[in-house]
Amino acid sequence: MGFDVQVVRAQFPILARQVNGKPLVYLDSAASAQKPEAVIEAMAGAMRHSYANVHRGLHALASETTQAYESARTAIVRLINAPSAQNVVLTKGATHAINIVAGGLAPSIQPGDEIILTVMEHHSNIVPWHLLRERRGAVLKWLDVDDDGGVDIAALERLIGPRTRVIACTHMSNVLGAGTPAARIAALARDHGVLTLFDGCQAIVHEQVDVQALGCDFYVFGAHKLYGPTGIGALYGRTEALEALAPFEGGGEMIDTVEQERITYNAPPHRFEAGTPPILEAIGFKAAIDWLSGQDRAAIAGHERALRDRLQAGLAGFNAVQIHGQATEKAAIVAFSVHHAHPHDIAQLLDQQGVAIRAGHHCAQPLMRRLGVSATARASFALYNTLDEVDVFLAALAKALRLLG
Amino acid sequence: MTEAAPPPSAEARLEQLAADFSFLTDWEERYGHVIELGRALPELSAAERIPEHRVLGCASQVWLIRDPDGPDGRLHFRADSDAHIVRGLLALVLSVYSHRRPEEILALDPNALSARLGLAQALSSQRSNGLASVLARIRDHAAYSSAGEPKR
Repeated sequence: MGFDVQVVRAQFPILARQVNGKPLVYLDSAASAQKPEAVIEAMAGAMRHSYANVHRGLHALASETTQAYESARTAIVRLINAPSAQNVVLTKGATHAINIVAGGLAPSIQPGDEIILTVMEHHSNIVPWHLLRERRGAVLKWLDVDDDGGVDIAALERLIGPRTRVIACTHMSNVLGAGTPAARIAALARDHGVLTLFDGCQAIVHEQVDVQALGCDFYVFGAHKLYGPTGIGALYGRTEALEALAPFEGGGEMIDTVEQERITYNAPPHRFEAGTPPILEAIGFKAAIDWLSGQDRAAIAGHERALRDRLQAGLAGFNAVQIHGQATEKAAIVAFSVHHAHPHDIAQLLDQQGVAIRAGHHCAQPLMRRLGVSATARASFALYNTLDEVDVFLAALAKALRLLG
Repeated sequence: MTEAAPPPSAEARLEQLAADFSFLTDWEERYGHVIELGRALPELSAAERIPEHRVLGCASQVWLIRDPDGPDGRLHFRADSDAHIVRGLLALVLSVYSHRRPEEILALDPNALSARLGLAQALSSQRSNGLASVLARIRDHAAYSSAGEPKR
């Protein structure tokens, strides 16, 4: 099928704009990706032509919108090879999805029950478990990673004990770009009767995910890094695992019958979709998945590897620059530190040159402590970035470092 | 003990800074100048870079210390950051706001500094908020001092 980055770029209107008088070079897609015309049009088109609330009305627009909303679920089923639509909960995002799982497990958590996390988790896969620690007396156990984000399966096995309930782990670090051996982690967890949840926010963008092949209990991701809108995400759950979760939020649509003294809940996935859902966002999510499915993902992966290699080779030419994470199979997410220059200084001076990067703790403070830094700069790529943009970034960085002395 | 020659007023200092900045034509010169100012700012010691002195609301770490007041009731501040550009901005803030009497600090428009130097558009909103947090802290000190015991 092939891949032409200029053809792809032309479908992202925002990439034509300028910032501070310079052409925008957007290298912050790991925070949030830009949106193709197909997504923008799907959402605007729904508002113009076919919009109503879902799952209740008996009129034409309600039925059309319900169909559009539910087709987002089936698009997700295909994207991650879920067994059925009943295994996919539409959420407000990945954070919401993790809260649904942690909150849904809460009633069954006894003081002393253990949750295993890696030190490279995003705060969204840490804080919901901290809430279980605070509210239910759960104990958090931390799995260290190596400098490249590598996970030691033997060390993980040693952490698992009779009270371990959940292993919650990223499928790809948002800082180090390293993937984790999710299938091996899930197999180990199954052997010990432990639930697994993978945070797929980054992995879903850069690789083909098959939740049945992974053999995990829960898999979460948001749409907005996957070229879709904000405010929508997905929670995949193995059937028995989803059915065992208590409802996390109460409201319309998630119930079966409501009486004054008792209530029965709807079955998954609707049990976890309280209230009017993000309808337009679901439509945009589906458009993003359809759009991406029409691309040659293997060719995209090759393009992103070329971007990563050119960037890392360029950064290696700076004496003062240290790249965090050098896994051979890492995604095009490159965090780095500069001796004697704060990441915020670098980001600000790059912004003056039209180059957008992220600087900060990347919502991964435990990992920052593990790396011995308070913050890093991070350049992250998407399919629409070009090799020329890597060169613009490197020249802009050289200028910034000259100014900073 | 006699004090050194009294510094120009905060207003005069602002004028002077605005004049300095007006000669800087592009972003490289403006940032280069801010970074130079930061380089000249004395660092705080590790013992002074403690959480009690942290100014929250800044994207990078910022510490602000109020030294003992002078005999004439002037407030003296020192500040530091782990980021070069912020150190430069702090140098600008201190040159306008430190060694001033509380009423002079409170009389200044807190937006004047960034507006007069053309910094508002050059700063990210996070940075602007950080600068605003530092100015708010200084103004709190001034307000507390002027409401407290009158100084000699």
